[in-house]
Amino acid sequence: MKTINVTEITKNIREMCIEANHYLTPDMDCALKKAMTAEKSPLGKQILSQLQDNLQIAGDDMIPICQDTGMAVVFMEIGQDVHFEGGNLEDAVNEGVRQGYTDGFLRKSVVKDPLIRENTKDNTPAVIHYEMTAGDSVKITVAPKGFGSENMSRVFMLKPADGIEGVKNAVLTAVKDAGPNACPPMVVGVGIGGTFEKCALLAKKALTRPVNEHSDIPYVKEMEEELLEKINRTGIGPGGLGGTTTALAVNINTYPTHIAGLPVAINICCHVNRHAVRTI
Amino acid sequence: MDRHIKAPLTDEDARSLRSGDYVYITGTIYTARDAAHLRMYEALDRHEPLPVGMAHNIIYYMGPSPAREGRPIGSAGPTTASRMDKYAPRLLDLGLKGMIGKGKRSDAVKEAIVRNKAVYFAAVGGAGALLSRSITESEVVAYDDLGTEAIRRLEVVDFPVIVVIDAEGNDLYESAVRDFSC
Repeated sequence: MKTINVTEITKNIREMCIEANHYLTPDMDCALKKAMTAEKSPLGKQILSQLQDNLQIAGDDMIPICQDTGMAVVFMEIGQDVHFEGGNLEDAVNEGVRQGYTDGFLRKSVVKDPLIRENTKDNTPAVIHYEMTAGDSVKITVAPKGFGSENMSRVFMLKPADGIEGVKNAVLTAVKDAGPNACPPMVVGVGIGGTFEKCALLAKKALTRPVNEHSDIPYVKEMEEELLEKINRTGIGPGGLGGTTTALAVNINTYPTHIAGLPVAINICCHVNRHAVRTI
Repeated sequence: MDRHIKAPLTDEDARSLRSGDYVYITGTIYTARDAAHLRMYEALDRHEPLPVGMAHNIIYYMGPSPAREGRPIGSAGPTTASRMDKYAPRLLDLGLKGMIGKGKRSDAVKEAIVRNKAVYFAAVGGAGALLSRSITESEVVAYDDLGTEAIRRLEVVDFPVIVVIDAEGNDLYESAVRDFSC
């Protein structure tokens, strides 16, 4: 049994919100650099080079990589032998977001009610996903999600008869419809299986997997590679202004599902695929 | 073709820009996004004047992150333009000459661009830190209570954009994608 004071959670989440909005993870950095060499369009190359300059300035001058510093999505993977003390865990997470977005000069983009639309002015509440795991540690992933790409995400409730071709078509449809709106080059998170909400969560979680790692399941890995190639032949390109770099990765997660269904979710992320991960 | 233009935009400049031109804008532009557009639209419905005149102006679809001390603005990249499609034709008919955003526009907006000989520019989405360097001044001029969504007057120097839809209705998102699809 390990006891963790929730102030520790607040402190870490505060720092992770700021970190994720100013620095990309090394795998994303590397993928964007590689894309610059591979891109065939001169304008596409120029845009990718601007993205390099942008990342440099963001880190050097502490200006967020993108002005849409997102809605804070927080994955809490909590070991079952952990005991929290010092207050309510959910409040502690939101306090971390509040402090991070205020102290870090991050944009407050959350409205309290989806229709009345009054800004909460501190970017809370976060969207929090809890998962119980074995052991006595807490793994926190903070993934600020911008809505240019979030708005282009889709859920398809396919039929079993649609099969793998149906899944591939769903992904390609979502990407083509997203086009320039989702700030390509994008990262495409895909969830296949489960239920309506489970596939969406699988897709969201897939975005936090390093872009240079494939699924452990051989046929899923093949599908990731094939879809990436097809997406990069759409011509959408960097900024949607034409080119051969439309996506940096397709990450697919799967889960068992019902005999009658084939749910597929596509969560699209822009090139600012942000996340910070810490284990306490 | 690389072009350097001044804002507000003259009729001649607006008409001569071509889809695919790389343009550096210097001068005064205004920000407005979802909430500010809704308010302007409602003001027009009530026959009230807009807080900013539209004639010859450029609207930048952008809501910045807060500025650190000593800086004019925080991160300042474009937001998705299609969310303003409902409002844009009316503003174009009032003389708006340019819009800066990212992403596709509706047919109604394209028609209004052609009808009014205006221009739709894209700035590079997700490059807000870089773009903030071309902004030298920022002042809230209306709807202060909207926070990041307030209308701001920006002074920009060589602000880099690309012409997507020109006054003749050519659309770079359609033509460039065709060139690279295989």
